[in-house]
Amino acid sequence: MAQKPLDLPAAGASALPVAGKVTPPLGPGQPSTAGFDVLTTKLDWLAQWVHRNSLWPLPFGTACCAIEFMSVVSSHYDLSRFGAEVVRFSPRQADLMIIAGTVTDKQAPILKKIYDQMPEPKWVVSMGVCACTGGFYRAYHVVQGVDEIVPVDVYVAGCPPTPENLIHGIMMLQAKIKSGELARHRESKTFVPIRVGEDPRPSIPAYSQAPMANVPGEHGFPEMRATAEAEAASAGEVKK
Amino acid sequence: MSAVAAPASTVSFAPLLAKRFPGTVVAETRPPADVPTIAVTRAALREVALFLRDDPSTKYDLFVDLAAIDTSRLPAPQAPADGHRFQAHVLLYSTSRNAHLRVRVSVPEADAVLPTLTGVWPAANWFEREAWDLMGIRFEGHPNLQRLLTHNGFVGHPLRKDYEAAQRWLCTEEDLLQTQLAAKTDTPEDVFETMTLNFGPSHNSTHGTLRVVFRLDGERIVAAESECGYLHRCFEKMSENHTWVQVVPYTDRLNYCSPMINGFGYARAVEQLCGVTAPPRAQAVRVVLAEFSRIMDHMVCIGTNLVDLGALTNFWYGFQTREEIYGLLEACCGARLTSSYARIGGLANDVPTDFVARSRALFPQITRNIGEIDRLVTKNRIARDRMYGTGVFKRDDAVAWGFTGPCGRASGIAYDVRKDAPYDGYDQLDFDVPVSSDGDNYARYLVRMEEMRQSLRIIDQVLKSFPAGPISTDDYRVALPPKEMVYNEMEGLIYHFKVVFEGAQVPAGEIYSFVEGANGELGYTLVSDGSGLPYRIKVRPPCFPLFSAFEKIAVGGMVSDAVATLGMLNIIAGELDR
Repeated sequence: MAQKPLDLPAAGASALPVAGKVTPPLGPGQPSTAGFDVLTTKLDWLAQWVHRNSLWPLPFGTACCAIEFMSVVSSHYDLSRFGAEVVRFSPRQADLMIIAGTVTDKQAPILKKIYDQMPEPKWVVSMGVCACTGGFYRAYHVVQGVDEIVPVDVYVAGCPPTPENLIHGIMMLQAKIKSGELARHRESKTFVPIRVGEDPRPSIPAYSQAPMANVPGEHGFPEMRATAEAEAASAGEVKK
Repeated sequence: MSAVAAPASTVSFAPLLAKRFPGTVVAETRPPADVPTIAVTRAALREVALFLRDDPSTKYDLFVDLAAIDTSRLPAPQAPADGHRFQAHVLLYSTSRNAHLRVRVSVPEADAVLPTLTGVWPAANWFEREAWDLMGIRFEGHPNLQRLLTHNGFVGHPLRKDYEAAQRWLCTEEDLLQTQLAAKTDTPEDVFETMTLNFGPSHNSTHGTLRVVFRLDGERIVAAESECGYLHRCFEKMSENHTWVQVVPYTDRLNYCSPMINGFGYARAVEQLCGVTAPPRAQAVRVVLAEFSRIMDHMVCIGTNLVDLGALTNFWYGFQTREEIYGLLEACCGARLTSSYARIGGLANDVPTDFVARSRALFPQITRNIGEIDRLVTKNRIARDRMYGTGVFKRDDAVAWGFTGPCGRASGIAYDVRKDAPYDGYDQLDFDVPVSSDGDNYARYLVRMEEMRQSLRIIDQVLKSFPAGPISTDDYRVALPPKEMVYNEMEGLIYHFKVVFEGAQVPAGEIYSFVEGANGELGYTLVSDGSGLPYRIKVRPPCFPLFSAFEKIAVGGMVSDAVATLGMLNIIAGELDR
């Protein structure tokens, strides 16, 4: 079977061929159709540049991962090299929530309340397997992944993740902010967790159903999004 | 533990008890490694408890632990003869006689009630709440028998054997209003005179997930109520569904500031249950790494507490020390924080060949960092003003509330497991136990600073005569045989197969074993039914009594002093809530 020739990208665009529909990158060098577009595009680009280089993290540290987070902001690993060292414990002053550690059912309403108190735009990094999936605590008092409660932008694996791993996660978040894809995700007002409908667990906390600014599946990378959309479509829950 | 030398663990004052409480108290004969035990009927529990506390021949003044056990799935020879479903193990310690005691009480399922011991030992308060919450044993006369670790929306008692491990229950915001002070609405008089202040669980100086509700008169605290459970991740239930060795990673996450000590303590407890001992080299490595972990733990405690007091620089020094030690831990086990290095009967793998040199290379840096913190803080006027005379808890109170470890020693309880019940060759080592009688935050700071120096002294002595030889026991019922044996001998392959597939074969029995954790006596109550999985593991977390006493320490002080106290008690949520 003959291979279909690839559509080579135009000069100036990304050199990597990407399958499927691709949103054109925002930023300098993008062709514009009108003067107004140029202005708003430049403003968007400026806002993203500012956002990604001046993240103010709120460490929602609950357990062992918080100790590693302390290592990351300490002198040896020095997160300030990436513009994200101004740790704020007030949700009103932060735009990046780093959930470091196991979140229990008792802690879950607090996590949601603090997330809701953060001003837009805001991002969430789930640090460590406990926050991502519940980890090896498949137990009666542990939330099986914080995406039951809040939308997560970057999952960082590890138990706990090494400091390099967390720094990598924050750099990935910066790349996602730069691409502009995250800014568009906050339009829908209903957040449905990915795993509703397929979860064999006996009780799903109802705060998962509470209104929140995200749409299903828009959590990660294109392949994850495609999987989540397929699941959502098969469940017949979301029209897209 | 004086019982180690004796052939069996018996109670010396048994005749006295039999005379005083005829027919209600039975002295048991336990294996040498276990603590002496008496069995008491529940009707006589309170009188016997008062006797044990006050009589000069007993003097058990410190409440150590309360372990509730559901015996309904125990096989026939081990199941209690009276057929009662629950058992409560009250563990006591005598500071004057340096002896432990276990008091065993049977509780029937139909009428699962025990008389409360809060009037005898105030420290029993939270332990009884925990037993009610997780096992469903009610305590008659308890002042505040609410759920402690799980939330108010929880249904059932999860450590009962018929509770499904993954069954969760929804917690709403209303369920979090369970502390009495928080639920109390302010009356007009209260609004005029006092106010309620909620502190935590997400607050920068609660170090994780602690919650305290204060009632304030101006800045002064007139009442306080602390609450825990925000990091209750079901260690004890999880461990019942894993093999003995698979529990080791879970123990790392108890006190995650010094994970090595937890793992070594657990491995030692299982070894005592199996009747094996780790070889000398493994014991030496355990001592070295446990003492380095102690330094790491104290560094975090002092560093983060000083951050709360407004001094950021010490935090960098403390964490620089941690990074240096992390390098050593990484060389030994491959992980920085959660090491999973302990194994039953020894260690997971041998230390690197340059272990002694690497350890020694850390000394100058650690000594320098301790010195820097010392110069910056110890005579610093601001730090002294914040810590000196705040959070005072004198010896009598500290004993009544079950203090052990650095906080207990700062209050004048000269109890250190490494000295008073030596293990892993601590009795061969020369070191001092710093004790203060002030009982304030400054004393806690000074005790921790001195303990770090003493830890370096201990490590230095161990490294001077670092033994060679195997790092794991040759009892292959519990430990993996070496690879050469597995590849070359039929028996080795069989042992390997059996240990990997069926887990370590721990004989049926029970034990209470304890080591000196970074925060005090870290004890494990283990019950084995011989099946290959632990039947019940109960941890005695040293933080638990410390935090339960916080609501008493904080009253009378300012809110800012309460922050300093909370930091200096060094509450680690992982072991507090398990």
